[in-house]
Amino acid sequence: MPILWLFLIVSGIAIAGYYLGLARVMRSAGGDRRHMHSLPSYYGGNVAIKAAVPALLLMLVWLLVQPMIVNNSVSALIPDSAIADASSRGLVLSEVRRAADGMDRALAQGTMDASMANDPQADPDDVTSRLQDAGAIVTSQITQPVLNAAQSYRMQNQRGNQFMSGVVIVLALLGALWGLRGAQADFRARNVVESAVKMLLIGAASIAILTTLGIVLSLVFNTIEFFRLYPASDFFFGTNWAPSFSGRGGSSDLGVLPLLWGTFYISLVALAVAIPIGLFAAVYLSEYASNSVRSVAKPLLEVLAGIPTIVYGLFALLTVGPLLVSVFGRDGLGIMQAGTAVITAGLVMGVMLIPFVSSLSDDIINAVPQAMRDGSYGLGATKSETIRQVILPAALPGIVGAILLAASRAIGETMIVVLGAGAAARLSLNPFDAMTTVTAKIVSQLTGDADFASPEALVAFALGMTLFVITLALNVFALYIVRKYREQYD
Amino acid sequence: MKDNHIAENEVATKNIKIAARDVQVYYGDTHAIKDVNVEIEDKTVTAFIGPSGCGKSTFLRCINRMNDTIDVCRVVGDILIDGEDIYDRKVDPVQLRAKVGMVFQKPNPFPKSIYDNVAYGPRIHGLARNKAELDDIVERALRRGAIWNEVKDRLDAPGTGLSGGQQQRLCIARAVATEPEVLLMDEPCSALDPIATAQVEELIDELRQNYSVVIVTHSMQQAARVSQKTAFFHLGNLVEFGETDKIFTAPEDPRTESYITGRIG
Amino acid sequence: MYDASLSSGAAPKPRGKSLLVQDARTRKRNAAEKRFRAYGMTAILIGLFFLVVLAVSIIRSGVPAFTQTVVDVEFTLTEEQYTAAEGELFKTKAYEGLLIEQIRDTLEARGLEVAFDAGAIERLLGKPGGTLREHYRANEQDLGSPVSFKLAAASRVDGYLTGRVTREALQDSRFMQASDLDLIDALVSADIITRAFNWNFITGADSGVDNPGGAGIGASVIGSFFMMLVVLALSLPIGVAASIYLEEFAPQNRFTDLIEVNISNLAAVPSIVFGILGLAVFIQFMHLPQSAPLVGGLVLTLMTLPTIIISTRASLKSVPPSIRDAALGVGASKMQAVFHHVLPLAMPGILTGTIIGLAQALGETAPLLLIGMVGFVARGYPDGVLAGFTEPNSAMPAQIYTWAARADASFYEKAWGGIIILLIFLLTMNIIAIILRRRFERRW
Repeated sequence: MPILWLFLIVSGIAIAGYYLGLARVMRSAGGDRRHMHSLPSYYGGNVAIKAAVPALLLMLVWLLVQPMIVNNSVSALIPDSAIADASSRGLVLSEVRRAADGMDRALAQGTMDASMANDPQADPDDVTSRLQDAGAIVTSQITQPVLNAAQSYRMQNQRGNQFMSGVVIVLALLGALWGLRGAQADFRARNVVESAVKMLLIGAASIAILTTLGIVLSLVFNTIEFFRLYPASDFFFGTNWAPSFSGRGGSSDLGVLPLLWGTFYISLVALAVAIPIGLFAAVYLSEYASNSVRSVAKPLLEVLAGIPTIVYGLFALLTVGPLLVSVFGRDGLGIMQAGTAVITAGLVMGVMLIPFVSSLSDDIINAVPQAMRDGSYGLGATKSETIRQVILPAALPGIVGAILLAASRAIGETMIVVLGAGAAARLSLNPFDAMTTVTAKIVSQLTGDADFASPEALVAFALGMTLFVITLALNVFALYIVRKYREQYD
Repeated sequence: MKDNHIAENEVATKNIKIAARDVQVYYGDTHAIKDVNVEIEDKTVTAFIGPSGCGKSTFLRCINRMNDTIDVCRVVGDILIDGEDIYDRKVDPVQLRAKVGMVFQKPNPFPKSIYDNVAYGPRIHGLARNKAELDDIVERALRRGAIWNEVKDRLDAPGTGLSGGQQQRLCIARAVATEPEVLLMDEPCSALDPIATAQVEELIDELRQNYSVVIVTHSMQQAARVSQKTAFFHLGNLVEFGETDKIFTAPEDPRTESYITGRIG
Repeated sequence: MYDASLSSGAAPKPRGKSLLVQDARTRKRNAAEKRFRAYGMTAILIGLFFLVVLAVSIIRSGVPAFTQTVVDVEFTLTEEQYTAAEGELFKTKAYEGLLIEQIRDTLEARGLEVAFDAGAIERLLGKPGGTLREHYRANEQDLGSPVSFKLAAASRVDGYLTGRVTREALQDSRFMQASDLDLIDALVSADIITRAFNWNFITGADSGVDNPGGAGIGASVIGSFFMMLVVLALSLPIGVAASIYLEEFAPQNRFTDLIEVNISNLAAVPSIVFGILGLAVFIQFMHLPQSAPLVGGLVLTLMTLPTIIISTRASLKSVPPSIRDAALGVGASKMQAVFHHVLPLAMPGILTGTIIGLAQALGETAPLLLIGMVGFVARGYPDGVLAGFTEPNSAMPAQIYTWAARADASFYEKAWGGIIILLIFLLTMNIIAIILRRRFERRW
């Protein structure tokens, strides 16, 4: 754990710097803290920040960059001939990494000595057997190029780590010295520390941007990679989804339309359940219910929103599915083949969305000014007339926004469809058919053996991109509508 | 029995439209209105004046049972309109409010077109048999609201797009569209500028031809300008009720005098 | 009355009808009003009905996971038998033989006559010989005196007793034969087969595809725990720092707007997309270990941050500006005002929001599917604290999904049982949040 140690050393330097800074400024002020510009702790903090922050930042960047550089240089060591037909450079590289990890393990257990680990002429068979003795997971016989690459990988990483440790510690010491120089009574330590803290706060706030950036970049790069292997037009306009599991490309049909249709259909069923129930529930709670009913029913309904989606998934698979089959299945109406179907997933998802629609609509209905209600009652309208003809039209933009947000939830929902909707991708109108969705296929294409080079795996990123764009558009639009609506009554 | 009562009233030039007897209003534990007895005449503008929180708005809202929408509010005593107790169990507040229209402090047009705003009442009460009749009612109401000329070319425009004074006149037009017999106005000019206020006051004077108008106002000048009768409320009591001229020139009660001369309020 | 209204209608004044009579239209409107109200009530009832159905099916299907069928035998092993058994080539087989003899004796002593062989015992108990041998090798002092063993029965025995496996539907297989059912009946009437609380389900680890009876959720609770530690350690400080910046320091400019837009959008991005992010960035790009709670924690942190930031900002906003003014007025810097006065006052709200965010993260499954926490069979506990973060493990929702996805229906019961445990955790967290809010909520 050299990184942990390094972290502890840097922290140690920072803590030591803190107390040295305190002592120094005390001396400089002649032991009287009234002569100092700032509180003593700020002088210590100044030293500690200058010691720790640059050093730790450097460490972080180094840890991110080093594997990339090492991977690139090692990758160059592997000749094309060393890559078997059914393999890819990525797979060989992970083999190299495993071999290198195995060597570390073998060295630690003493089944291999350092000279052998570093000897380029070492016998690959001997190394393989020794690695296996040490309990390392090595899939097959290590070939000469792999062994050499693994040795080079280890060497570079070792050197990199040593170098990093040295540079980071020196940087921490330099930072501490720089901070100590400033530990004078007239130094504006508070201002320095506060601007450093402010930078930290800005950094924390920027993580939201970094996350979005991370999502977009990881989707975009892999999607581009996918479209290099598989034509984009076939993906967007293909009506057949049939990934092959053995073949590499070519034989797979990866058309997104059946998945989009499944997503759309299930969401539609879900909204058909959630919108009327949610809306009526919201109307009842905000306009009719007495305080005591409201204080019981509202949190109870919201419990439905707090239940993890895996629970709903299981509910769909094991309770609702069999129930529907017993009614519509072979023993009943005979129109349902299996428990997993559009109707199952849609129904359960609808239940999940009820509180989502109802609490958002409740807020929005409550935001309609009382003056509107008074105006309507004053004209002799009944409550329901007021609700239908004045309140709901007034709240309509907000409610549409809420419904769009619910729709985006439905489209992005994963567990319920993975467990409740089935796995068959088809373009059908029958709600009792099994269908599948974009999210379910992202899961099935990316779990299992993660070989990111094949179009069958990469298609998941293109699906993710599609999902991201659709939900983002819905969200932005919905938030825009809701905000406009709120401004109207502010 | 009721017939006789009504027939008697018809004989008099100014018959009693609304009669309140020993009205008490409670908000939870607060006794907001105490022992109010008042008789309001038809085809008259009656002004309720008094300092803030004196109960004048509360009493106004009792006349068309708008207080029913407030859970904690309780009304005791009788309020009779044309001799019928409006708090009788058989009375449906919905029917009552069609007969007793209300205009609120802040103009509150619905987020609908001008036409739909005015047509809302006639539609829910089923006053028009067809579109032509409805058009007719809307036009008549807008003319009575003295806003027809300003909006006749844009009946489809949203009511919320009008100016404050126009909105309030639209609300008055909306209230008269249901053919009420009494029009209650809760500080209808407090959100308006002087010019709009003058227009609305002029309108109130015209409405007197057809309706019994009750107006709550903070402005004594306004009460003096528009009303024939004035009631002065103080701390939930009806202190004095009489001809407007008399109230403002020779009040009987010292509290009324203090208020009018600006010492309380 | 009707006459009266007619006559008054004919007269010029009063125009209206009597208020005491409801006209037909009002009656119709009131009926519509009642219907509308009923629709609303129905909607609420439907919602609550679903909640009840959900709760009932969870409890009904999940509670059996907490008990297990055990074969409770009193077993005596003499010193000679021990040495003899240890001397044989198939040692566990020898123990099994001894066990079968003793069971046969017990049954005969109670007058129950059933024919069974070693195969039947193996189908009922798996391989009991190993358990016996382990016990005696560890506790040689028990030799010669009777020891009571509670041996876990196979899941089909469970199924037979709970009605999932029926005599009619049973087809002879290597898992169970019709003749075994007679043996089970006999053992039940001899009180040898009983039900006992299944501690192993709460504390144990996953067992693999072929042994539903031995599966436990304990290891994945630990996995979830380490994940939540990561989420707490990262999302609380980052979330609070980001909120303080946005609420107290951020100037009105493009950069601030960009952050705001990002946060509100991230809050609505489907969780599976965060899984893709985790897979691409943490595993593909940074080469962090797959299936590790550390990676799961990082992904869930990114997912929870927007929630925490939104609730933290709300509680910072609820601290009245007069507090800030007071601090600034006595010469504190803006930073001191925030950290010394505003933040402590907002802390209960922040903690409540954080706990609710954590509860959300605890139940989240989809992103974990993509970073390899599903399908991984968590066979044991991590070796230490560090290994707890970095070594592959499962997490509660992922474990539940794994069980639900297995072909053997006996795992479904485990999945429901797992859900009960998960919900207990969520409930506890939410109750803590509610108590915090009640206790420390301040109204300004």
